[in-house]
Amino acid sequence: MRLPRWFHQLGSPPHVYRLADRLAPWLGTLGCALLAIGAVWGLAIAPPDYQQDEVYRIIYIHPQTAYVAMMAYVVMAIASGVGYIWRLKVAHAAAVSAAPLGAWFTFCALCTGAIWGRPTWGTYWQWGDPRIMFETLLLFQFLGYMALRSAFDDRDKADKVTAILAVVGVVNVPIIHYSVEWWNSLHQGPTIMRFGSPAMTADMLWPFLTMVLAFTLTFYWLLLRRLQAEIVEREGDARWLRELAPEGAQ
Amino acid sequence: MLRAQDLAVWRAERCLFEALHFELHAGQLALLVGPNGSGKTTLLRILAGLGEPTTGVATWNGATIGQLEADERGALAYRGHLEALKRDLTVAENLEFHAALWGGQADCREVLADLKLSDAADTRVRYLSAGQRRRASLATLRVSGAKLWLLDEPTTNLDGEGRAVLRDWTSRHLATGGLAVIATHQPDEFTRSGVLLIEL
Amino acid sequence: MRAFNAVFTRDLRVAFRRWSELAHPLVFFIIVVTLFPLALSPTSAQLRELGSGVLWVAMLLSSLLALDGLFRSDADDGTLEQLLLSPAAITVTVLAKVAAHAVVTLVPLVCLVPLAALSFNIPLVALPTLVLALVLATPTLSVLIALGAALTVSLRRGGSIVGLLVLPLTSPLLIFGARATDLGINGEPTAAPLFLLAALAALALALGPIAIAAAVRVGLE
Repeated sequence: MRLPRWFHQLGSPPHVYRLADRLAPWLGTLGCALLAIGAVWGLAIAPPDYQQDEVYRIIYIHPQTAYVAMMAYVVMAIASGVGYIWRLKVAHAAAVSAAPLGAWFTFCALCTGAIWGRPTWGTYWQWGDPRIMFETLLLFQFLGYMALRSAFDDRDKADKVTAILAVVGVVNVPIIHYSVEWWNSLHQGPTIMRFGSPAMTADMLWPFLTMVLAFTLTFYWLLLRRLQAEIVEREGDARWLRELAPEGAQ
Repeated sequence: MLRAQDLAVWRAERCLFEALHFELHAGQLALLVGPNGSGKTTLLRILAGLGEPTTGVATWNGATIGQLEADERGALAYRGHLEALKRDLTVAENLEFHAALWGGQADCREVLADLKLSDAADTRVRYLSAGQRRRASLATLRVSGAKLWLLDEPTTNLDGEGRAVLRDWTSRHLATGGLAVIATHQPDEFTRSGVLLIEL
Repeated sequence: MRAFNAVFTRDLRVAFRRWSELAHPLVFFIIVVTLFPLALSPTSAQLRELGSGVLWVAMLLSSLLALDGLFRSDADDGTLEQLLLSPAAITVTVLAKVAAHAVVTLVPLVCLVPLAALSFNIPLVALPTLVLALVLATPTLSVLIALGAALTVSLRRGGSIVGLLVLPLTSPLLIFGARATDLGINGEPTAAPLFLLAALAALALALGPIAIAAAVRVGLE
């Protein structure tokens, strides 16, 4: 299979580094700007929900963190897979960079979920809720990946082994998702309530989508910066790196 | 025929060896010599298909070694520092397992008699001495029926008698068209005419 | 096929030569199952409610105990790399090892669970569902445990990390299995979770050996 030229270029660390350098500031500024706009819009300007009143405003933050967390795992799995099949070190570097980000976003999702839960259920943590279970298991999958990676001294071996884990894990993600939903559907207790998504009117939908875009852009901005750091660490003494370093720096 | 083209191995920042070319034909023996840490084991493992070179390619009868078809894999036999014997099984059971897995035909009893292991045939490997275990490991080599032998310091733990048997087997193997690459610290033991000496 | 049989019987033979080690997961299971009522002091109705969950969790944890025999001992004596080099397909030999491990470790556990279930006041009518769910879960569990063992085969102290890797992967098994058991206890239809367990088993057996073989290959490099 003849792969396009840009694919092969993506395998070159200096090329990716420079590309990241050019893209990251845009993603960062746009992402943070949208975060600010979306936050003000959603948290202050949008009208309160008639059912959940002000509490529902967490919908401008919680689902976004959860969605980004899941996307991070998928990014990690695809990058690992690409790195494994085509032997691209940069792809492995991308997977390594995505993992801690994904773990953090999952943690944030759990925290914001707990914040939402307190007024809704009366407790911060409700074991019965499928989304909490799903996010908890996703967090464990991230932690397992990071633990496995750090257990290996040889970086190449670590790359390949964690790639296998990531791909198996990504197959497991929809299975877990389905199983916790199914498990929850069996519960009859009225005390266990799902995160009721209020029916969204237009003036709720726009800030919601703004925040989705904002979180996505911010994730990729952070990912690119981490990727650059990871590339620098892997390339060590390479000549292209030394040329990039400012005068007098080591 | 075994061919290595432009093989190079880098471990982290260190180059073990590079620009290695050689060809080995039927009936030929290659001796791999070099100080400890020079990459002999790494090279043998690459030739066996257990590792990948950083650059370059090793081929067996034209096919890249890392991607051999199943039946072609049967032509290669690798014996490293580990004995490849289950300690809880007897010598005979280990040999039968190897024969079953590799589809070899050599008569187990005859092979054991050659190695003076007939008495130990029904003893569990964990109760054998180091020298006997090494001999049992070599026995599995004969049973596998492979054409290319890749041996990493096979004389370790062998007494004079055992080494003589190994030399004898190697000669017979080469005489019937087999190939062998042996890493050793005592090349004089195996030297014969037509030996390819690879120094790392 | 010949290779599968050879590896399968060899592994069984090796396992039974060290039969005292086979008892460890079983003893662990009994201990865990004993600890729960000790810690909870439940009434007999509560026991029945908790029973299926406790049994499944205990079984999952116990099955992690016998990991080392899967790949690590073979890696240590050099037989694993011979399997990789042999003319037999590595996926077939890996499947044979997984099957042998299942027979040696999981089947005795699966036999023990119904006995423990009785001690939890789980009614006899629910036992067939429990056993069926366990039997359907065993292939998937075997494959996942083998995957954990393969991923950590080259680590010197891989044991502690395997639990962290394997347990999130087994959570769907736990959910479907424990729920199926509960539904069986309450006399409700159990077809759905049992079919799901069977589907997971099919998926695991189809894709698992490929991932395990890849992990073994990387581990031996």
